[in-house]
Amino acid sequence: MAETPSGGPAGDPQGERLPPMQLLLDNPFLLLFIGVAVPAVLYTIWGVMEVAQIPVAQ
Amino acid sequence: MANAAAFRVCPETGLKVCHHAEILIKANAVVAVVFLAIGGLFGLLVALTRWPAVHILPADLFYLALTAHGADVLLFWIIFFEIAVLYFASAVLLNSRLAAPKWAWFAFALMLVGALMANVAVLQGESSVMFTSYVPMKAAPHFYLGLIVFAVGALIACFVFFGTLVIARQERTYEGSIPLVTFGAVTAAVIAVYTIASGAIILIPTFLWSVGIIPHLDSIMYKVVWWGMGHSSQQINVSAHVAVWYAIAAMVLGAKPLSEKVSRTAFLLYIAFLQLASAHHLLVDPGISSSWKVFNTSYAIYLAVLGSMIHGMSVPGAIEAAQRRRGLTQGAFDWLRRAPWGNPAFSGMVLSVIMFGFLGGISGVVLGTEQLNLIMHNTLYVPGHFHATVVAGTTLAFMAITYLVVPLIFRKEIMFPGMARWQPYLFGLGAMGISFFMMGAGTLGVSRRHWDMTFADAVLKFEYPPAAFLMMGLNGISALLATLGGIMFIVIVVGSVFFGKPRDEAAIKRNPVIGPSGGAAVSQYGGEATFNLPGTTILVAVFFVSFVLYYFINWKYLSEVWPLR
Repeated sequence: MAETPSGGPAGDPQGERLPPMQLLLDNPFLLLFIGVAVPAVLYTIWGVMEVAQIPVAQ
Repeated sequence: MANAAAFRVCPETGLKVCHHAEILIKANAVVAVVFLAIGGLFGLLVALTRWPAVHILPADLFYLALTAHGADVLLFWIIFFEIAVLYFASAVLLNSRLAAPKWAWFAFALMLVGALMANVAVLQGESSVMFTSYVPMKAAPHFYLGLIVFAVGALIACFVFFGTLVIARQERTYEGSIPLVTFGAVTAAVIAVYTIASGAIILIPTFLWSVGIIPHLDSIMYKVVWWGMGHSSQQINVSAHVAVWYAIAAMVLGAKPLSEKVSRTAFLLYIAFLQLASAHHLLVDPGISSSWKVFNTSYAIYLAVLGSMIHGMSVPGAIEAAQRRRGLTQGAFDWLRRAPWGNPAFSGMVLSVIMFGFLGGISGVVLGTEQLNLIMHNTLYVPGHFHATVVAGTTLAFMAITYLVVPLIFRKEIMFPGMARWQPYLFGLGAMGISFFMMGAGTLGVSRRHWDMTFADAVLKFEYPPAAFLMMGLNGISALLATLGGIMFIVIVVGSVFFGKPRDEAAIKRNPVIGPSGGAAVSQYGGEATFNLPGTTILVAVFFVSFVLYYFINWKYLSEVWPLR
């Protein structure tokens, strides 16, 4: 979708199918899901699993 | 339904300002500045103690001051101000009413009670566990409870922000997509939710441990989850201050982003990857694999760094494009030379961009490289880095936009305009010195969080090189400069808010704070759609050369630490 210098995204949002990236960026709750799920999996859960696997000292 | 009586129309921007949002922005901003003053004072005491020739506090008070400084400026000042930014970027920029004002007040009350509770706990002297509060160091239970109550309040405020976005969309208060500044605020709020969730996951069991209900907390487990909060809270700042950069450029100069799509994609990279930088605090900890460390701090975080570099080009590019549109087309830098350097909102924003990029950004990448991190892990390089991001970057950006918030939201004239003109330069110079000299001392091995770098009472003697002592002296002088700049800011803001002249029509005509088409530029979707930016291209090239040189200099340092023979 072309971007206009001063207005909104070009084209009529009612009559034109928006590209998937535009739909993603326009949906704050989908962004919220991504922003919580990605670090939760890659940082927190992965990190906690690694610490949990450390053998307990005898 | 929206109540027409609950709005006023801003005569300068043309935006509809919701009464509830306006009052809440004022309340959050005022409390934020109070915590900045308190936390800044503690910061000065810390710097003067770490200056060997002054060494002002005894050890117990040093750790108390360090704890209070960290909590007050890294959490309370920043997050109160960010909540004000969220309400501005949603209700005001979208011409919408604020969702659930009573909940917003409840959130404010929780945040205030929590912040006061944590401060009382620290000042009582039994909670000098520093900002990180690593277990098994144990603070008083009301220290943890205060942080939890504060976090719950901040979380409610974030959902008031999301609710306002929903209302604005439903009531069609804007057309098309939300403006970029609001999108930046969405990014900050998303990261805040992850941050606060991480805080809840670790601080609730820590509170239960402090009252004796839970017998033991694993220290590495604590560190992994705590840093999900501790470092991510600083990523809220990054997103918020980048949004503030775009907002100031738009309002003062009418600058629109070079490309909305590219800038929004850069924010998307923040949303997905910026929080992963938390792992750089654990790069030397045992028990966690190199895969986890390297993936999080190198591969993934480089995507967020890409986002920062896009913003680092887009903001000056937007300014150049707007200036060239106004006819400042001579040579590569006429637009920069003839920029409004006497306007503290503009100068503060530009200094924030430069110092965040050159000092905070580059040092962050160096710290996040697992091998290079070994040279400066847990040295003063780390606080040097985050003073470049949080003080020179975020705090300076928030100070800069305050020079617009006071006339536009408080509707008061800025008092002491001559002092205001110089304030960002003085504070910026001090902040730059603090960051630069702490990083220098850290490169020479000076430990962070240590009361006495002379080790006067240590059984085993150790001496840092003399240059490290010089660095700490210069750091102390820089802290004095930054404090002076901070006091000037407090005097100007408090004076303007409580004693300033009301900003009537004559004052608006005499001293406009919004540039041509500034109101539209900040509140509407749309880009400059030009890439004829010779000045920005040169500046970006200088940045890249500096980045590459500094990165490889650190590999040279590393080779000297561990020579291959």
